[in-house]
Formats: sequence, structure tokens, C-alpha cells
Amino acid sequence: MRKFKKVLASTLAGVLAVGALAGCGESGNNNNNSTASTASTATTDSKVDTSGVKSIYFLNFKPEIADKYEAIAAKYKEEKGIEVRVQTAASGEYEKYLTSEMGKSDPPTIFQINGPVGYQNWKDYCANLKDSELYNLVSDKSMAVTDGDGVYGIPYVVEGYGIIYNNAIMTKYFATEGAKAASMDEVNNFAKLKEVVEDMTAKKAELGIDGVFGSTSLKTGDDWRWQTHLMDLPLYYEFSADGNSVSNCFNAATLDFKYADNYKNIFDLYTNNSTTDKNLLGGKTVSDSMAEFAAGKCAMIQNGSWAWDDIKKGGVVKEEDVKYLPIYTGVEGEEKQGLCIGTENYFAINSEVDAATQQASIDFLVWLFSSDYGKNAVINDLGFVTPFTSFGENEKPSNPLAVELLAWSDKAAKGDCKSVEWAFLGIPSEKWKSDFGASLLEYVQGQKDWTKVVDDAKTSWASERNA
Amino acid sequence: MEKAIKKWFPLFALPTLVSFAIAFLIPFAMGIYLSFCKFKTVKKTEFVGFDNYIKAFSGDKDFLNALWFTTKFTIVSVITINLLAFVFAMLLTKAIKGTNFFRTIFFMPNLIGGIVLGYIWSMIINGVLYYFNATITTDANYGFWGLVILMNWQLIGYMMIIYISGIQNISPDLIEAAEIDGANAWEKLIHVTLPQIMPSITICLFLTLTNSFKLFDQNYALTAGAPGNKTQMLALDIYNTFYGRVGWQGVGQAKAVVFFIIVAAIALTQLYLTRSKEVEN
Repeated sequence: MRKFKKVLASTLAGVLAVGALAGCGESGNNNNNSTASTASTATTDSKVDTSGVKSIYFLNFKPEIADKYEAIAAKYKEEKGIEVRVQTAASGEYEKYLTSEMGKSDPPTIFQINGPVGYQNWKDYCANLKDSELYNLVSDKSMAVTDGDGVYGIPYVVEGYGIIYNNAIMTKYFATEGAKAASMDEVNNFAKLKEVVEDMTAKKAELGIDGVFGSTSLKTGDDWRWQTHLMDLPLYYEFSADGNSVSNCFNAATLDFKYADNYKNIFDLYTNNSTTDKNLLGGKTVSDSMAEFAAGKCAMIQNGSWAWDDIKKGGVVKEEDVKYLPIYTGVEGEEKQGLCIGTENYFAINSEVDAATQQASIDFLVWLFSSDYGKNAVINDLGFVTPFTSFGENEKPSNPLAVELLAWSDKAAKGDCKSVEWAFLGIPSEKWKSDFGASLLEYVQGQKDWTKVVDDAKTSWASERNA
Repeated sequence: MEKAIKKWFPLFALPTLVSFAIAFLIPFAMGIYLSFCKFKTVKKTEFVGFDNYIKAFSGDKDFLNALWFTTKFTIVSVITINLLAFVFAMLLTKAIKGTNFFRTIFFMPNLIGGIVLGYIWSMIINGVLYYFNATITTDANYGFWGLVILMNWQLIGYMMIIYISGIQNISPDLIEAAEIDGANAWEKLIHVTLPQIMPSITICLFLTLTNSFKLFDQNYALTAGAPGNKTQMLALDIYNTFYGRVGWQGVGQAKAVVFFIIVAAIALTQLYLTRSKEVEN
């Protein structure tokens, strides 16, 4: 018993000692932090000396171009002597990865927020970039994420999505007997789209395809094309009536889901004319459906400007055959609707790291988006359409989806069509999205009524907004 | 000698105790503290009292659903794993050719990581269900039985090894004595083998019970909760709460503390109950 007491005593003493040490360490850190933050506020107007900074840490959001960032980082190290550590979170895991990385002693210095919701989540960690050179480069200042006077998120890529179609297959269809349209120009609303698609399904053997649309991938984690992107259309129409749909959506305490039937229209069209039977959609991933399109097994697929690499890999679809169609859902006046164009990619600089590292991080981004090497890499390797003034008229990516995107945004600029804003940026939480995705899966499997899907979406919206 | 041990014990044990404190006790205490806080990263916290615990139970039905699903899963898989493992152990302690070969093969699934297993089995199960025009997410029951099969496949080999060592430790004298007394095979099993391997049963039950209750990787990779969070187990629900909702980290932490209490209570009760049945050799 005496021995036990001794062991106990020494254990406790040890724990206390460690606790005290940890305590000291923590208070030391706190001091560092407070000096760092005062330093950063004091020096934002004058350029900070970054000569002491050895490395910065960039947490990348886009797994599809992870290796290209590595090459850029290597080049930067060679030119400027600062190491850029690039880490990439797996698809759909960014928030989780960021949360755990932020808690470490060596947190990311450049990270990404996905708009106003992401900013709410991370506002204690976002440095004010109002006076930074990076913000100066942004051509349309209204695109940045702001709060009061401050600027906290810098958009770096403009993206668009819609229904991507393979023009070779469409041409083949238009040549068939009794085709419902003579060219894609006639397809400018949901009714026409439906007519064409259903006729194509009837003739799918003749056209050599397995289905008109690629699989509606509903595997958990691969359902973002439906619970986020497709959901944008009903959100946009509901919230754009008075003013900016993104901020209206973000501020909406409840969702009416007024355009639920329109969502159902297009979603049913996708699943009824798919390459894959409805009951098997729960096992399909985005890669599966992109592979179908790339192999020419389907004519249409809903995706965006980031998808070109996936299509190119198949080697079957020709560059000039890849075109966009806006996502028509049967809303009145949709003949004038354009693509869904916006961004959910905003750079933020970690305000918790010291001022020199913050400045070094900004320097890297400025270099990436304004030096010759950097711009070339952005256009050709990353394939970004950027919102920065440093890019000239001719400095645009040449991949067909980006070219098409630019054509549609030009059209919108001329007033020939109206781009759909990314209202989905205002969706209350990831939980809402995953629950809605799960509902959609149950709906296609015939386990949930559409009315229940709609009701659940509304209930979940209210509870997540107030959570 | 004993004096020397007494004198030097604290010094030699200190490194272990300190690392145990750093790697386990301190994070554990922090975790409990954090369950009473609203926080984003562990550096910035705000004390909110029992708020998180209230939200954990009233915020959504997911936690209670997950608890029920986990309980069902644990009951089924503990029974099936231990029964099958024991049967295999009995077979492989008989004098058949190639027992070592079979033992090795049966043990191997245990060496594969849970995520990999989950993906492999989701392919196998989806491949089979394809012929019935369904996937593992079509029905929550498919996910349930898929998890049970996966868990059995993985753990049976391990438990079998433990049972084998228990069976091999039974003194032949006892068996012989029982045979002389006229016991048949069934009576030998019930009255000699089982009481003699109670220590193995204790450890196997403990391992299967806690592993099934804490299951995460396999659940995440096989169904990820689909359809509609119906096949979501506790650990996965905690993970999704912690990472999936803005400002709900504390609630996830509170759920984790409740989870810990449940696992500890079940495991300790089980240890107490089976220990009391163990017999001295």
C-alpha cells in the first residue's frame, strides 16, 4: 500500500510538473500572439520586412491541380528563396482538414474560405487585406468577401457551370429522322430540352450512347453537383427578386423553396434519362460520371469549368465538341438565362501568424498572379479565369470549357443573357448540404416523397441557420 | 532487492508516466474541458456550461439514432464474431493437416486497415447487389449487414488466435479425467473447455465489444451513413458533428464525452461480469 501511495504521489507530481510546463508554454505563446497582432496592425500601411521568413504554408482547395501547385512552389523557392509548403485536402474534406491544421503550432498561412459562410466560420483567423497589393489587383472589388470596412477574402478564380454537352453526339441526333430540334440554338428552355432529351433516350441505340446524362452521382461526398450546384437555381430565383441573391440567401432565416418544382423538373430529367438505373446511383462518384462523358457514353453532364482535365483524359471527346448549355428548369423567362457564374474560391491570410509571414504569403500570391512565370502557370497549368487586372485581354486559358465560359460571360456583359449568381454560397452549413444530398438519394430510390424532401430541406434550413 | 525497487521505481517509471500524461491524461482533461466550451480551434475557447450537452441530445435525432444503430450492431457482431471465432478455434486445434496455414490465413484480414477494407467490401457488396439492381445505400439493412459481415471477416481471425491459445492451455489431464468419468463431447465442452478458457472469453468479449462500439473507419468507408444517416454509428456522428457544422465543435466534443462514458461503463461491466466467472487453474 505504501508503495502504491508513493507511485501515486510521484505520478501526480509528474502530471503537475508537466501541466505547469505546458501552462508556461501556453502563456508564452499568447504573448507572442499579442505582439504579433499589434505588430501587424501597426505595419499594414508600410511594407513589412520579410527577409526573416523561411517558409509559408499554402493549404490548397483543389485536389485536381495539386501537382501543378507543387511545381509552382518549387519555382518560387528557386527564384525568391522562400519555401512554399503546399498541402492539399481531399475532395470535400477541406473544412475538416483546415480545422485540424489551424489548431497546430505551424498553421497554414494562406488558406481558402468559400464565401460569406466560410468567413463567418473563420473570421477570427482572416487578416484584413484592404491595403494589400493583392486586393489592389482585383478588378471587380465587389466580388471580395468584406465585413464592415475590412476585406477578408480575395477571389482568385471565376468559374461557371451548366450542362456540358458533346456536340458530336448532338449533331448526330439532329440528323436523325424526326429530331425534335435542328440545332442546339433551339434548345433554350426546359420544355424543349425535355423533348429533345426524351427523344434521344428513345434513340440511344442509334446514337451509340448508354444514356443522355452521365450518372447522377449520389454517393455520399460525391453529391455536391446536386445538393449545392443544382440547388443554386431555385435559390437564385427565390432570392434574386430584390437585390443580390448571395447576400439575401446568406441572410435568409428560412427557405421557402418556391422553385422546388423546377428543381424536381431537371433532377427527374437527369435521373430518368441517365446512363445508370436509379437504384444504382447511390454508388456512383463524380469521377464515374465524368468518365462516362469522357468516353462518349453520354451526351450531357452537369459540371463546370474545372472539369476539362477529366474530359481530356478519356481522349474520345474532341476539344471543339465540348459546349455549355445553361441549366433550364422551367422558370418563366429562362430563355435569357446564362450559365451559373461566380466563385467560391477566396484566399484568406492567417491573421494568427506574425506580420512578416503574412506579408510573405501575400507576396507569393501577388507573384503568382502578376509575374510572367506565375501568370503563364495560372493560365496554362491551373487553367484559371482570374478576376485580376494583371491579366491582359489575350492572357486567358485556352481549354474549351474556359473559352466557352468567357463567351457566355461576354454574352452576359452585353446583356444578351443573364448569368446566374452563386446564391448557394449562402447555404447555412455543410450539414444542410449533406442532409439534402441524403434526401435526394432516398428520393431517387423511391423511399422518400418529393414533398417530404422539400419539407425536410426547409426545416433543416431554419434549424441550421439558427444553430 | 525490494528496497531498491521501491527506491528507484519512481525514477525509472517517470519517463513513461510523463509521456502518458502528455499524450493521454492532458488531452483527455482538455477534451472534457472543451466539451463545456464553444470553440473553433483549441486555442480560442469560450465557456458555455452544459449548453453543448443539451444540444447533443435535443439538437437533432442523429445522435440517438446512431446510438441505437450502434447498439444493435454491437449486439449482433459480438455474438457472431465470438461464436464463429470459437468454432474455428475448436476446428483448428484438432489434429488436422495445415492448421498453421489456416490460422495464418484467417488472421490476415486483421492486418488490413479499416478504410481499405471498407472500400474493398463496398465494391464487393455493390458488385453483388448490382444483380438485384441495388447498392449498399438502397436500404439501411444492407448497410447494417454489410458492416456485420465486414466486422466478422476482420475480427474472427484475431479472436480465433486468442481462443486457440486458451484451448491449448487446457491441461490434458482435465480432459482425460472427464473422459474417464464418462463425459461426452458436449459435456466436455460445457464443463471443461469453457470454464478453462474464461480468461480468453473475457478478453475476446472486451475486444469485440469495444471495437464494435467504437467502429469508425469501416463505417466511414462502407456506407458513410447513407441512406439518410440511417447507418451512421456514434463515432461517425461525432466526427460529422465536429466538422460538418459551423460552431458545433463543442457539441461534437460533448457527444464524444458521452460516448466515452458509455464505452467505459459497458466495458467495465463486462470485465467485472466475466472475470467473476474465471476459474483458478
